Amino acid sequence: MAEIRLMKGNEVLAEAAIRCGCDGYFGYPITPQSEVMETLMAREPWNETGMVVLQAESEVAAINMLYGAAGTGKKSMTSSSSPGISLMSEGLSYIAGAELPCLVVNVQRGGPGLGTIQPSQADYFQAVKGGGHGDYKLIVLAPSSVQEMNDFVDLGFELAFKYRNPAMILTDGALGQMMEKVELAEFKPRWTEEEIENKFGVWASTGKKTNRDRNVVTSLVMDSEEMEQNNLRFQEKYKKMEEEEVRYEAIQCEDADFIIVAFGTCSRVCLKSVELARAKGLKVGLLRPITLFPFPNKIIKELARKSKGFLSVEMSAGQMVEDIKLAVYEAGSTVRVNYYGRMGGIIPTPEEVVDALEDKFSWEISYGVKRSY
Amino acid sequence: MAKVIGAVVVDKEGCKGCNLCVEACPHDVLNLNKEVNSRGYHYSYMENPENCIGCANCGVVCPDTCITIYRMKI
Amino acid sequence: MELKDLIKPENLVYDKSKVQRDVYMHYCPGCSHGVVHKILSELIEELDIQDKTIGIAPVGCAVFAYNYIDVDWQEAAHGRAPAVATGVARLNPEKFVFTYQGDGDLASIGSAEIMHACNRGENILVIFINNGIYGMTGGQMAPTTLEGMVTSTTPSGRNTDLNGYPMKITNLIAELPGTSYVTRQAVHTAAAVRKCKRSVKKAIQNVLDKKGTSFVEVVSTCNSGWKMTPDGANKWMAENMLPYYPLGDLKDSIKGEPISEN
Repeated sequence: MAEIRLMKGNEVLAEAAIRCGCDGYFGYPITPQSEVMETLMAREPWNETGMVVLQAESEVAAINMLYGAAGTGKKSMTSSSSPGISLMSEGLSYIAGAELPCLVVNVQRGGPGLGTIQPSQADYFQAVKGGGHGDYKLIVLAPSSVQEMNDFVDLGFELAFKYRNPAMILTDGALGQMMEKVELAEFKPRWTEEEIENKFGVWASTGKKTNRDRNVVTSLVMDSEEMEQNNLRFQEKYKKMEEEEVRYEAIQCEDADFIIVAFGTCSRVCLKSVELARAKGLKVGLLRPITLFPFPNKIIKELARKSKGFLSVEMSAGQMVEDIKLAVYEAGSTVRVNYYGRMGGIIPTPEEVVDALEDKFSWEISYGVKRSY
Repeated sequence: MAKVIGAVVVDKEGCKGCNLCVEACPHDVLNLNKEVNSRGYHYSYMENPENCIGCANCGVVCPDTCITIYRMKI
Repeated sequence: MELKDLIKPENLVYDKSKVQRDVYMHYCPGCSHGVVHKILSELIEELDIQDKTIGIAPVGCAVFAYNYIDVDWQEAAHGRAPAVATGVARLNPEKFVFTYQGDGDLASIGSAEIMHACNRGENILVIFINNGIYGMTGGQMAPTTLEGMVTSTTPSGRNTDLNGYPMKITNLIAELPGTSYVTRQAVHTAAAVRKCKRSVKKAIQNVLDKKGTSFVEVVSTCNSGWKMTPDGANKWMAENMLPYYPLGDLKDSIKGEPISEN
């Protein structure tokens, strides 16, 4: 019997971690995500499942604790908010380079710098383009409800272990703080030492067994040819993710002339914008990317061939809009891709979005789109 | 009186000629060879093998672990 | 008596540990790292803990420590080894976890991580190689560089007005209640190596007994960085480093217990 509760997004992240058999959480307090660790500490999962929860001395330490824990094949996660994720970027690059599976949650707040504690989506680039140094990608999941905050913890771990790659839940202060009804997952037991050895004994540092060579978890390769091969292998992995792991939700896109593209909190707002626009006679649909990397290029290309324009709605100065433009360009389409957004912790209203759509696409609304193919 | 004799076997190719074993030897057994190994180092060797008592000081200080030591009473 | 009669398995008194891998080390001739690697390999073999040992390698010359000691390893980012070790040890409390760090790694960029890991009393062994210089990057000033000591970034010698003072971080570590055994050793003579090995053995035993963080500083040489011969560097170290970094135990206790006066 599924357990249904009214919970905060941040609390749900903690609850979902315990229930999905997570072995360890390492974090550092930062608004607006501190409830994740607070909930875990209050829940005392070490008494229940054996899960370890530790408050680190910094985000730098937390991400490196995660590296150590993940390096032993354990399900480990951390959460933070934008400035903290910047500090973790060094560690994330090492984790990606050493091909370790783990889960990182970014409950975004406005930047740059100390910025604001209000919600934002301005870490899109940082999340989907890697964030730290070197050619690497994170698997980026963007929940738009407290239910998805719950579901994506387990999904994030599943994908992270499938690809031996760090996964990120990219959410924001609004989703972290809001309360919604959520159907909690069933408890899954933590993996036993034997299971870990069987599954990950080929790479995890679990103590050298007599029947295998020593395992070294490292991102260091001094030989250029070998390092290039490593990078090519990583790229293959990212390509496979693009082929197999794209997730999105397309709402009323079938007959749409204009496609609003929005994720997370913005997508909730834009759901209403679609309704308002349609009431005005404008055929508008909403494309909600659920995976930001891999980005839903294929559906955007398809929609580019039959729509008159895209509006990327973001709580940033326009970041995802660049990826939409790339997809539209690759489709050989000449439809225009515009951006509308708010910054500083402000969430756009549905009306603002419709106004922006009408304003930016006034030519297309009047005359249609000139197609070059 | 029982006498202890020892012998040092240096892994010629592993030796980097750092001279620490030569310095550590209390009986001037070791010295660096005028010849070099394939890596270009003047490797350590027993110049005066009859003096060796197998105390293992050379092996203990060797950073490259290229010294094996034998000892017996006669 | 012929040598071949002496060189027989029954007369073997000293040989390479089975836990030390059969590869040539990349270290410069006479580098102290090799000796400390040897001590660790020998003790892991003697204590029969190869299958439960997880080493955390640093950034610096010992970045390749994992090539030499035949146990499972994780290679940490610069200075972060104590945090990595924390993650490993907390989730694998039955394993023996150690970090192996240099002075730049531990006392400079990783000073926060080492302080807090020691303060939490993480059940790990920390091996701290203090040679007063950055070896890997070509001999720059380290936090532990002696006053007046010439390095590539202090070409006129370390000036305390400009660069501050050589840091006795091990003394600070000994003040933290989380540590159990804190000692400063060296490996410049056979006697010092044997003594250092006894200290490391005790430190490992403490970790196996879950007494808290054990911390072994090894005052070391970097003859390349110091621009000296290996034996000259050992002599210089004894004359200059050891008066400032005196050898001996700084603390021998159990985590959380009052620090004994000695």
